[in-house]
Parts: sequence; structure tokens; C-alpha cells
Amino acid sequence: MAQSNPRKSGYSFAPSPSSLGAGLSVPVGRRSVLGGAVGLSAMAALTACGGGGGGSDVKEGTGAISFGSNQSDAVPKAAYKKMIDTFKKDSGSKVSINTVDHNTYQEQINSYLQGEPDDVFSWFAGYRMRFFADQGLAGDVSSVWDNIGDDFSEAFKASATATDGKQYFVPVSYYPWAVFYRKSVFADKGYDIPTTLDEYISLSKEMQKDGLTPIGLGDKDGWPAMGTFDILNMRINGYDFHTSLLAGEESWESDEVKDVFDTWAKQMPYHQKGGLGRDWQEMAQGLLQKKTGMAVFGMSISQQFQGAEGGEALEDLDFFKFPKINDEHGTDSIDAPTDGFMMSAKTENGGTAKDLLEFLGSAEAEQINTEADKSIVGPATNVDTSNYTALQKKAVELVGEAKHTAQFLDRDTRPDFASTVMIPSLQAFIKDPKDINNILKDIEAQKKAIFTA
Amino acid sequence: MTTTTQSAPAAPPRKVRRYSSTDRVVLTLMLGAPALVVLAFIWGPALGSVFLSFTRWNGVTAMEPVGFQNYQQLATIYPPFWPAMWHNVIWLLVLALVATPLGLFLAVLLDKNIKGTRVYQSIFYLPVVLSLALVGFIWTLLYSQDQGLINQLTGANVNWLGNSDINLWAVLVAASWRHVGYIMILYLAGLKGVDVSIKEAAAIDGANQRQAFFQVVFPTLKPINVIVLVVTVIEGLRAFDIVYIINKGTNGLELLSVLITNNIIGEASRIGFGSAIAVVLLVISLVFIITYLVQTFKKEGAR
Repeated sequence: MAQSNPRKSGYSFAPSPSSLGAGLSVPVGRRSVLGGAVGLSAMAALTACGGGGGGSDVKEGTGAISFGSNQSDAVPKAAYKKMIDTFKKDSGSKVSINTVDHNTYQEQINSYLQGEPDDVFSWFAGYRMRFFADQGLAGDVSSVWDNIGDDFSEAFKASATATDGKQYFVPVSYYPWAVFYRKSVFADKGYDIPTTLDEYISLSKEMQKDGLTPIGLGDKDGWPAMGTFDILNMRINGYDFHTSLLAGEESWESDEVKDVFDTWAKQMPYHQKGGLGRDWQEMAQGLLQKKTGMAVFGMSISQQFQGAEGGEALEDLDFFKFPKINDEHGTDSIDAPTDGFMMSAKTENGGTAKDLLEFLGSAEAEQINTEADKSIVGPATNVDTSNYTALQKKAVELVGEAKHTAQFLDRDTRPDFASTVMIPSLQAFIKDPKDINNILKDIEAQKKAIFTA
Repeated sequence: MTTTTQSAPAAPPRKVRRYSSTDRVVLTLMLGAPALVVLAFIWGPALGSVFLSFTRWNGVTAMEPVGFQNYQQLATIYPPFWPAMWHNVIWLLVLALVATPLGLFLAVLLDKNIKGTRVYQSIFYLPVVLSLALVGFIWTLLYSQDQGLINQLTGANVNWLGNSDINLWAVLVAASWRHVGYIMILYLAGLKGVDVSIKEAAAIDGANQRQAFFQVVFPTLKPINVIVLVVTVIEGLRAFDIVYIINKGTNGLELLSVLITNNIIGEASRIGFGSAIAVVLLVISLVFIITYLVQTFKKEGAR
């Protein structure tokens, strides 16, 4: 089921949400947009009313509020409506839902927040959240976290915390990235789950001997390979290096990054050939048909298994942690893109908004949501998991064990860098893994151009 | 046509007729209104892009003038740029030198009133009715490596869309598939308008089929040729939808139009940088436009 995250929508993918783009300069003179740039500035100009830096002191009114949702697909849309309806019934507050197509929503988020945003709006955790919080466009919801904080792991709290140490985000769902495989294939061939890189490679060799494609690869849309880069970088150099690299603070030509690509290049012979012409759904079909042994992917891969083989395929699908490479970091980090909500800094009714956020961060709300979509799980520790599928249960465990949770490359860095630099560069690497030095040189040059506003 | 140019110098300078005030009002309105629309919606944004290309702007916060920096980065550290330029040139050449002659060829064949000509016409014209986005989708189904029709039927295992050495050509087949039908219908209309008597006259003079076509019929198609040329150039430069559907215009399918979109629209919001690419495309278009206008005015002046 296509959920808010474009990574889950089957037909197309807009790699890096929103126009958080260039120029971190102070938002002065938004009205002075060039009149001639008709199409582009029209949208910005229309929404360019209202002040800039709001600060964290929002008005605490308790009147009616509006809720901005990017869940435009039928199933999650209904789930969100059910969440809001439950809140309205329990609290007696008035909430109106404003649903926008999720690609449009993400593309316009910047001008949306500068204009007349809804009081509570959908967004992503981590870098993306901080980008707005640091500009004063989001309201401080630390008081909500005082109430819900005990129900979340430190990793989730960290991904909701901005530079000033306060929380600006409430998570509602996430899904982990891991190495997916079919239990029956591993049982038939007597494969063991690899826990080190060497075991992973020798398992790949064994699979090749058995006529299987060891590791599925479908990077036609450019973003799936980001998942492999993320996990290799976190395994080899650790979470802290990964985040500062993506924040533009480390050099892409450093030995650390070269090491990541070297390690990746050594695995290339075991990856599915022609990965740049295959989308992830086709790649998933290979795993489903037992032609491919493993796939590094998000839990959304389970969408391709739902309903196949009379429901047995989904039960046969399983995953394991990407094996450790560097003992210093073990398997302490994971990619788990998290969706959730933020509060506008301009809201008049912060009271109602915080009540709603508190509800949305509760186990009750998350259960409503995860019942509708089986490829996501709820982040609160007290969610009733008895109705979860085996995969959902395991996902909770996996993320619970992780010390650090990254979002995903295109959510952990500037969107212009992710889409216009990283996608072509990772594809160039897959095309010619020997060309690492040139590719990294290009990335670094472009990074400097983009990050030094 | 040579006859007109020969008689041209003989024309005496005519006296300019004076316009009545009503004429002037009508003329002002009829020329002024379209001129304003063109200025506001075509040249305004075009010049706006030129201006933006010298700035760094994310669409919301303040603009920052950066001089030629965008152009410099484009040419030096933006790897997709030069491939995109080449791909646009190749695209244009293939449409002009392969697809267009093929369309003309089909038109000539179908003009011969062969049996079932309408059926053939419909078949060849059908792709033109489809949007390029849909054409892209259809051919994706044909080209897919694991599940595509072509590999299934031939037993081959070619990575048509993912191998950057061949995917441009694979996509050009798809784009040509549509372009041929378009050109065919334009020429067919032109051929229907050719006077039968000149063909008969050519036949009586002993011209064979080939001669009759290239020396008699084809020259009379000149107005159509101009339209076809313009259409082909436009299709070559604006190519976008089909590669965007296939892989968002990456990995061997880079085109200028896609780079503009990827940089400006939506999430990236590198508006200044994207505008610089747009200006490059504008300059290329201007070369064609100016050549065309110079040709046209030369003839009018000579008349």
C-alpha cells in the first residue's frame, strides 16, 4: 500500500522530499521575488505572507485546528481519518483534515511553511525536521515529550530533537532497512545467517554456485542504492561519521568514504547484473521467485509478497541485520525512515495542537495506523503488537536493538544534494565500480558548491 | 522557388498608403494584444530565466547574485551536463535523419492507394495520439530485462534500459516510433494536395518513379518540409517525458530538459543553477530560430 513515503509508492518516486533547498540566508524580502519569473514565483508569492522566524513560544489557544496530511492514498488516508476522528471524539476538539497529494506536499513544503501552514502537519524525522525547526518555522513540542517520552527509545527521541535540544516532532510510523531473504530458500540449501562481512561474501559465493543471484539490485530510480551506501558507511565508519558526512562536514574524498566504496565494489560481483535498468519491484520479484537469494531493502519490499502464493510468500519472507564489518561499530546502527508530525510555529491554538500530537504519539493512534498498513510499524514501545505480522514484530525488535537510527540518505542530507548529486553518482559507481576516485572527486566538488551557500 | 526570385528586382517601389485612424486602432489592437501576450508569457519568463541564472535562489529565501558561477559549475563539476548536451544532439539527428525520412517514405507508400491504406494509416498514426509519457510506459514494458516482451520472445537477456551504452538508442526507437507517424501524416496531407497533372506530365516526359518524386513532387512539398523541419527540431529539443518516465533521465538518458526539471522543480530547488541550464537550451533553440527567421526574411525581402 502506498504510504506517505514516496519510497513506497509503486509508480514513481521523487527522491528527496521538499524544496528545503539552497540558500540558508535570512528570509528577507520574500516579496521582492522577481516578477518576471512568473511560474515559479507565483506559488511562492501567493504564500509569501506571514512572518518568518516564529520562535518557540506558540499561542496556547484551544480552538479548532487544521491538520495537514500528505496521505493521499486511499488506505492510509482512511487510517489518518480514523486517528483524527478518534481524537475528536475523545477530546471534543475540532480538527479539520487538509489532505494534499504527497509528492506535491513535499515539493511545496518550504513555501507552505512560510505561508499559512496547518497547525499540525505531516513530516519526517531527523535532518529534515531540524531544517525547519532551526529556522523557527516549527513549534516546540517538548511538553508533549514530557508526557510521551517514556514510550519511545532514545533513538526516536534524538530523531525528534533539533539543534537547540528541544523536540519538534512526534513520530507515528517507521520501517527498517535490512537484508531480506526467503526462509524456505535458506532452509533448503542449508544457508546460515551471516554475521560478518566474510560470512556474507562466502554465502554469496555459495549462492552463486547454487545458481542463485546472491544480492538483488534494482536501482533504476536511483534511490534504492542509497540504502546500501548508508548501511556500509554506518558499519564501517559509524553513525557519527555518517551523519556529519551527510551534513557536508566531512570530505567525500576521505579514506573513510573510499573504504566504503571499496568494500561495496568487492561485493559488486555478487549483485544482480543490470541493476540500473531494473526497478525495485522487479528486483523484489526475483526474490519472490527464489531466483535471488538476498536483498538489501526496506520493509516495503513486503508489498510485493502480499497475496503471493496464497499468502504463504509473505510468511516466508524474513530479514537479518546487515552483518558487522568494523568491530568498533558492530551492528549498532540502522536505517529506519520515520514519518510523523510537527506543529506550526504560527498556530493560534497550540493547546489543541499539542493535545493532538500527544494523541498521535500514543500507542492507540499508532495501532490504528499500523493495522491499515502492514509494511510499517509503530515507534512507541507500548504499542499492542499482538496483531502484528511476524515481520512487523521482528522489525520492532531490530530497531529496538539499534543504538542509532538513521533516516535514509535523502532524508539525512540536503534534498538538492541527494537528488542532483548522489543519485547520478551512485548510478555512475554501479555502472563502473572501478571509477571510485573520479566519482568521489565529482561528489566532493559538487558538495562544496551546494553546501557553501 | 526560383521563378519568384528572378522576377523580384523588377518590382518598383510602391507608395506607402496612409491608414485611417480606425485602421490604426484596429492595427494597434490586433498587433498590440498578441505582442503583449507574447512578451508577458514568453519573453518575460525567458528573460527572467536569464536573470535567475546569475543568482543562487531556492525559491523562497533571498536571492544571492553569483555572477557566472552557475555556468562555470555546470561546465566543470556537473557530470550530467555534457552527456545531456550530446544526447540532445543525437536525439535531434536521429529524428531528423532517420525518423523523418522514414515518415516520408511511409507517406509516399500509403499515398499510392494500396489496399487497406486506411488501416495502415491508423496503425502508424496511433502512437501519435498517445502522450510520450504513455509511450515511455509502453516501451518500458517491452524493454524490461526480466519481464519485458522483447527479452521474453527472443530469449535474450539484454538490459535495454539499464545499460547506458544502449538505452539511449532503445529510447530513440520508442521516440521515433511516435515521430514517424506524426511526420507521415503531415506528408500524407501534403501529398494529397499535389496536383495529379504534374505527376502525369512528369510521366509523359519519361521520368521514372524516382525522378518524378525527387524532382517534381518533393519540391512542391516545400511548405510541408518547413513544417516538418520545425516540428522535428521542436521534438528534438523538448524531448522529456519519455526519459522521465523511464528513469527520471539518469544513467545514460540525461537530456537538458530533464536536468532543468530535476534542479528546479520540486525538491531540489536549485533555481539559479537550473535556470543556467535552461539558458543553455534557450541559446540552442535561438540558433535554430534565428536561422529559420533569417531564411524566411531573406526570401520575403527578395520577393
